[in-house]
Parts: sequence; structure tokens; C-alpha cells
Amino acid sequence: MPGRLEGVEAVDVVQVVALDGGFPVLAGVDFSAPRGSVTAVLGSNGAGKTSLLRTLAGLTSVASGTGQVLGVSVARPERGLVGRVGLLGHDTGCYEDLSPAANLRFLSRILRADPRRADAVLARVGLTGRLGTTAMAELSAGQRRRGALAQLVLRAPELWLLDEPHASLDGDGRALVDSVMEDAASQGMTVVFTSHDPAGAARVADQVCTMAGGVVTDRQDGDRRGPHAA
Amino acid sequence: MLRDAWAVFAKDLRIEAKTRVGLWQVLPFAVIALVTFAFALGPGKSALSAAAAGMCWVGVAFSSVLVVGRSQGIEREHGVRTAQRLAGIDPAGVFLGKTGAVAVQLAVIEAVLGAGAVGLLGYHVHRLWLLLAASVLATIGLAAVGTIYGALTGAARARETLLPMLVLPIVIPVLIAGVRCWQAASVASGPRFGVWLSVLGAFAVIYVAAGVVLYGQIEEVQ
Repeated sequence: MPGRLEGVEAVDVVQVVALDGGFPVLAGVDFSAPRGSVTAVLGSNGAGKTSLLRTLAGLTSVASGTGQVLGVSVARPERGLVGRVGLLGHDTGCYEDLSPAANLRFLSRILRADPRRADAVLARVGLTGRLGTTAMAELSAGQRRRGALAQLVLRAPELWLLDEPHASLDGDGRALVDSVMEDAASQGMTVVFTSHDPAGAARVADQVCTMAGGVVTDRQDGDRRGPHAA
Repeated sequence: MLRDAWAVFAKDLRIEAKTRVGLWQVLPFAVIALVTFAFALGPGKSALSAAAAGMCWVGVAFSSVLVVGRSQGIEREHGVRTAQRLAGIDPAGVFLGKTGAVAVQLAVIEAVLGAGAVGLLGYHVHRLWLLLAASVLATIGLAAVGTIYGALTGAARARETLLPMLVLPIVIPVLIAGVRCWQAASVASGPRFGVWLSVLGAFAVIYVAAGVVLYGQIEEVQ
């Protein structure tokens, strides 16, 4: 992918304090992720995992701290991250009255992408046939999750931020998410995802970070050995 | 910008075609409002005929709040706005597309209310071009204002009540000018309408330009 620099940190932030509505949600986070890597972020509810992802996406205001996300200042991202970061949160980010196929066609127009790619992406996430043409609102939670994932696959941003991407998914769905993240990382994209499953997360991640109280408290190597592994 | 605007416009109308919220909820509301006004005025044919233009435009203004609320609601739900912002969609394109889709839905409502005014209230059309020109300009103005304020109030908890409180006072010039133009269109010659048509045109141009420039910042704040 153009613009990707091997060996350079995609994310490298130091002592970041972030506020959401005046309330501190990150209390001095140190976090880094090499380009082309997969990083898992663990932690109990309220530890700051979602806030970390939203801050890296430039959606939460940073009160103090330094560092960069894709070469853009974490403190003042402004529109520097637009089009380069994808966030899969608890919401689907899709129009619920439209089918996954219609959502992807709309996104294709916005991205000026080949509309035929949407069909390939739908097949990649297992939403073929009637599932692809049924309104998102009528799909199961797991199928809607796949529809949301399809948007990220179509966009292929430089930095993937996935908030509990395995939630609501069955075994096949979890394997799909893992393989999509692996594909993205092997193509040079950087993946950061949150999870409540330490063993499962470590299996697919290059590094595993643990958060508590709005800071990263622990960092260990994962089982995946990406391009920067020794 | 225009490509994004077209994509948003087509998408919004596709959603309306699928859900038919406007057809089954907003349009009946507009018709009920017109009929209610007619009952309030009584059976006198001349009173109804004289008030027809005003009744129609008040019905359109009230309906515009519902159409805009729905238009903004589909962006607000399920994290769509955040996802699109990160995807790099042009905010000015979003504004133009949503304004266009709202305008199309308002035009349908105006057509139905106009037909109701002719059929039920004794409104006569002598200058169709004037009626159409005033309707087009007023519709664009209403849609643009509604879309701007719909986005502004999007994050507010009491947005359902805040939106009409903000929008309806602002569109009073459109109501007055629209009514004057429709009244002028109902006679073969007579009342001067040029200034009212100019008001409608200026209102539409100002608010469309403001939306194109400001919509991105409004979404950023929200």
C-alpha cells in the first residue's frame, strides 16, 4: 500500500490524557503499534479500551500528551486522519434500512471504488445471496456484525480500530474476523482490537496490552509473529 | 462534492422508498393539518379560498420539521455519521444531498396540498409559472434551513422539540413570501410579487451557501 513505511510505528503516543465531555477517559496512556502489526487491548469494562480506540481515531479530544497516529499529531489530528482510519465500534456504522449490499454500493460511490468490489467483499464476509440483499435491521446480530466488518474490508484503511469485533459472533464468525485482521496486517495495514478473551486475543496478536483505569498497565508479546518480530 | 451529494441524495430517497415513512406518516399529517385548518375557518367558500395559500404553506412548514427530523435521524443512528466522517465523505456533499432529498419530499407534499387547495378550498391557479417558481425557491430554502438546524440539534437530547422551536421562526420570511406569491398566482393580474420572489430566491441562496460552508464544522462540533 502506498505511503506505508516498514519498521515505523503506525501509532506511538505518550502520556495521553483524553476527555469526553469534560470527564477524563484516558489518564496518561503510553501506547504504540508497529505498522503491519496486530495489537490486542484487554481490560475490564470501563478500563478505557474504547476510549483509546476513539482517541486514536481522532474522535475524542486530547487534553495532554504527545505522539502520532499515522504521522498525524494525536493532540491535534483535525482532518489528518480522515479516510485513513477505520473504526468498528459497537454500532454497525451502516444504514439499517438498507441491505449490506446497498450499504457497500453507497460506500463504493463515496470512495470512488469499483462497485464490483462490493460483491467480492460481501462474499469475503459470508453475506452472499439473500443475506446480502436483506435490510440490515432484519439480520441477526452476528450477520449485522459481518455487514459492519464488510465496510472496513471495502475501505481498507491504514489503521483498523476494532472494538470487541468478536462480540455476537459464532465460531465461524470469530474465525472470519481473525482471518480478516490477519489479511489486513499481512498487507501492511495496522490493526488494533479490544477483547475480553485473553487466550483468543493472544493467538492472533503480535502484542497484547492490558488496560486499567485509563492507562496501559501491561504489554506482552502475542503468538502471531508479524513482519517486525525478531 | 457533487458526486458525494448525488450519492447521498440517491441513498436518502432509496431509504424513503423502502420505508415509506414520508408517504404513510408525514403526508397524511400534512393533509390532516390542511383539513383541520379548513374546519377551523368554517364552511364559507370565500374565506377558505382566501386562506388557502396560507394554510398550505403552514402545512408544508410543519411537515418540513418531520421530514428533516427523519432525514437527520437516519444519519444519527447506529454510528453512521462517525463511520462516514472517518471514511472521508465530503460534508458539503452530505449537506447538498440531504437538502435535495428533503426538497423532493417537500415538493411531493406541496403538490398534494396544492391539489387539495384547488379541490377542496376553491383555490384557483391563474399563473402556474409563478406558483411553480415560488414553490421551487421556497422548497429549497426550507430544505436548506431544516438540514442545517437538523444537524445542529442532532446531538441534543430534546432535539424533537428543539428543531421546530429553532426552524419555524427562521422560515417565517419563506412562509410570508410563499403565501404572497401563491396569492398572486391565484389571480390573472394584480398584486406585485417580484419582491416576494426575490425574498425566496435570496433566502434559498443564502442558506444553501451557508450549509455548504458550515455543514462540516457543524458535524465536527456534534
